Amino acid sequence: MLDFQGLRFRAAFFHSLRSFFVRQQFLEVDTPIRQPLLLPELNIEPLASDGWFLQASPELCMKRMLAAGCSRIFQLCNCFRKGERGRLHLEEFTMLEWYRTDASYEDLMVDCEALLGSLLDDLEVIAPCAVFNEHLRVGDGQGWPNAAGARDGGSGRIISLQPPWDRLSVHEAFTRYSPVTIEQAMAADTFDAILVEYVEPNLGKDRPLFLYDYPVELGSLARSRAGNPQLAERFELYINGIELANGFSELTDSQEQRQRFERELERMDEERRQRSRMPERFLDDLAHLDRAAGIALGVDRLLMLLMGKQSVGEVVSFAPADF
Amino acid sequence: MYTAADLRKGLKVQIDGVPYIITDFDFSKPGKGQALYRCKMRSMITGNQLVQTYRSNDKFDKPDLEERKMQYLYCQGEEYHFMDTGNYEQLVIDKEHLGDNVNYMIDNMDMEVLFFQDKPIDVSMPMFVNLMVTKADPWAKGDTSGSDSKPVTVETGYVLQVPPFVEEGDKIQIDTRTGAYVTRVKE
Repeated sequence: MLDFQGLRFRAAFFHSLRSFFVRQQFLEVDTPIRQPLLLPELNIEPLASDGWFLQASPELCMKRMLAAGCSRIFQLCNCFRKGERGRLHLEEFTMLEWYRTDASYEDLMVDCEALLGSLLDDLEVIAPCAVFNEHLRVGDGQGWPNAAGARDGGSGRIISLQPPWDRLSVHEAFTRYSPVTIEQAMAADTFDAILVEYVEPNLGKDRPLFLYDYPVELGSLARSRAGNPQLAERFELYINGIELANGFSELTDSQEQRQRFERELERMDEERRQRSRMPERFLDDLAHLDRAAGIALGVDRLLMLLMGKQSVGEVVSFAPADF
Repeated sequence: MYTAADLRKGLKVQIDGVPYIITDFDFSKPGKGQALYRCKMRSMITGNQLVQTYRSNDKFDKPDLEERKMQYLYCQGEEYHFMDTGNYEQLVIDKEHLGDNVNYMIDNMDMEVLFFQDKPIDVSMPMFVNLMVTKADPWAKGDTSGSDSKPVTVETGYVLQVPPFVEEGDKIQIDTRTGAYVTRVKE
């Protein structure tokens, strides 16, 4: 259970997040936590709730709001994903999502840089935390040992948060860090395993890093890159090897989105996951959406870094172990 | 049967016919990607390390493990004789399966024996045992050699370093995890 100091910091952190978006003329919205259907995503298992589901992300509702005419919206809410538990995972966790029209994933990267800068300005005065002079002190020794068996350093790391942050394409990251090419990894269905084992531990060690341009198969809701339909305009933000946010240019072609959902639903059927159905009204609304981009940020993970903690369970008011 | 979702530190699973205990566990799931269950494991037979990454669909057998309370009776060469205190059945465990534990075992000692498919694979000792010193050089008062420890032999034949004041006939406490001297015991 979070102590009073921790609760105070968490509250100030939430307040600072909100005021950043309000200052930028984003509208704070809230959407139902319990919904009758979710977007079909193979690797996300929802928690059932009396025939409906607890949301795995507010994406579906927020994109419909965008299609209905909102131009900048954000939401801070709890999301649920069954079976996700670990140092960086809780089945119930806090998500920050923001969406803007007339924007691409590159605009969201700039948003991330500005958001963290604003957080640092607001929070630096509140001790105790791991932040000083636009730098972040991160712990070590708690991470998973790398392929050579070594854990991260011995005395912690200092990460500069001054923008601009690093940007690295997925392709380049695999060339640099992976023992196999990205094509081989995709063919062998080991992209995720290679990413976790060989690539992620190197990302965002000196300053935050955006890993961008994923194979299109790995961005079922993301727009394909103009001139290169094999790539999706999707990125992940990493700090100290930890994935913090996933953003993309929204796919707004409802026909293509339908085809991608069909493939996703087929694979879910093959793997005998929970049955899902086509989100028809979402697809209808998508037809009214023009250029847009949206991002989901794991708030507990960011708070964990700012508070100098080693697991997300240490920064939520009550973790499962506290009951 | 266990599924990947059951994996956690301390869980015992059977892989390729060998019982393993998970010594380190990490769940990861890159954004929108597959859930990966990364395990570091130790073979409960050979002690060998194994590092493996599993996915949601992987399944694991539960190893057929049983812990029984047994009394150590005596040893004959390399053979150590035990009696199950529940059914009075007697059984022999080879020295190689007992490892360093033989250093601390005295007749009639109660211990837990771990069986895998009815074969003994490990014994668990109390954390501390008291053993009699059977051989020790006398402590020469005024010894200025500067040494602050000396070797002694205890009743099991085990030799260890102790402070100079420990004498033949003393009982000493030994930490079975490290094999080190803890204190002299008064009886």
